[in-house]
Amino acid sequence: MCTVCGCGEGETRIEGQEEGHHHHDHDHDHHHDHTHEHHGHAHAHSHSHDHAGHTHSHSHTHDDEAHHHHHDGHNHDYGQGPAHAHAPGLSQSRMVQIEQDILGKNNQYALANRQLFKYLNILALNLVSSPGSGKTTLLTASIDDLKSDLSIAVIEGDQQTANDADRIRETGVPALQINTGKGCHLDAHMIGHAMETLRPENNSLLFIENVGNLVCPAAFDLGEAHKVAILSVTEGEDKPIKYPDMFHAADLMILNKTDLLPYLDFDVDKCIEYARRVNPDIEVIQLSAKSGEGMDDWYQWIKSRMSQS
Amino acid sequence: MEGRAGTKLQGRIEAQVLVMHEMSICEGILTVMEEQASTQQFKRVKSVWLEIGPLAGVEIEALRFGFDVVTRNSLAEGAKLEIIEMPGVAWCLECSKNVPIKQRFDACPDCGSFQLQITGGDELRIKELEVD
Repeated sequence: MCTVCGCGEGETRIEGQEEGHHHHDHDHDHHHDHTHEHHGHAHAHSHSHDHAGHTHSHSHTHDDEAHHHHHDGHNHDYGQGPAHAHAPGLSQSRMVQIEQDILGKNNQYALANRQLFKYLNILALNLVSSPGSGKTTLLTASIDDLKSDLSIAVIEGDQQTANDADRIRETGVPALQINTGKGCHLDAHMIGHAMETLRPENNSLLFIENVGNLVCPAAFDLGEAHKVAILSVTEGEDKPIKYPDMFHAADLMILNKTDLLPYLDFDVDKCIEYARRVNPDIEVIQLSAKSGEGMDDWYQWIKSRMSQS
Repeated sequence: MEGRAGTKLQGRIEAQVLVMHEMSICEGILTVMEEQASTQQFKRVKSVWLEIGPLAGVEIEALRFGFDVVTRNSLAEGAKLEIIEMPGVAWCLECSKNVPIKQRFDACPDCGSFQLQITGGDELRIKELEVD
């Protein structure tokens, strides 16, 4: 479940990974100390192993061939076997220091992604916005203009459909769709998996188009170099103070659809002032993906980040 | 995971959409406690101390409600939730000092500037547990 808004998860599908792939975010507590009836007979197998200097035993029964295990530090709930007895004196109440961020798990995956991006010298940009801000149009226009100079790949996040990834692939660059199902944002774990399939080239530009939502993606670091918040001038100019977390987390705000400004009451200065209230350091680029106005500023911004990375 | 909170909340969702946010934070807290139970070897959580800042975007009353619901039938059923409210603090570039703030887009209480860099108050942390 999303730890920000409480939307469901467990229906995530990443293109190119097998059906029935269980997306286990976080770590895996396996309560497998019971047996399952399977094809009319029960089969259980136990094993014990040593690690980290102590012994524990647990019995495992699998009823699911497609079970997806990560062995990167997950905990097995191995019940109360004989090797696991509490030492006398420890059964009293005691204090356990945790000092752990509640969103900490995602941050660990994000750190791993960030190291991978650094190692491959990939500039990853996490594009966040409301639905309908023109993200995908901005992306396809940018890719068309930049693909001769840069190697580009795209991860597309949407709740359903592969329409956006299809639109991106028409530009000729590799794109991978992640459908989050009930989920309202991409998380760092999904991005890690998408990287396995997408395999962007070294020294490339990776656009991650997040699910259209100005709330939850703010709290989920994907390991990107920058969050880019896209706001179209057909939305309210007070969006930055209505959704302060997102504009606080972003390094760049793109004001899109500026070709429509003559027909609207949108107050650009006010909008920028609001954005700087929640984030004094935010950079702002005004552009129209449709008319092409301002796009060069955006390309300059990307290219200067690529040379830094 | 979502089943447990989902079914319990079903009847309340329309009335209390806000609570979903806190509800899922409680799911996160429960996950951490369950992990710790196996690594630190305890069976029951009696009290939980959380550090929460005013910029974490959490309603504390809703969190208390969510915690009771989410921990039902878990290792933390009936556990006491102790909330340590952290102060919201920002560095005012104009005044060159730390000033107290309540929300992300507050102005400096002394000079009215919005050139503030938040230095504290977005905590959302589990500090410690009292366990058996």
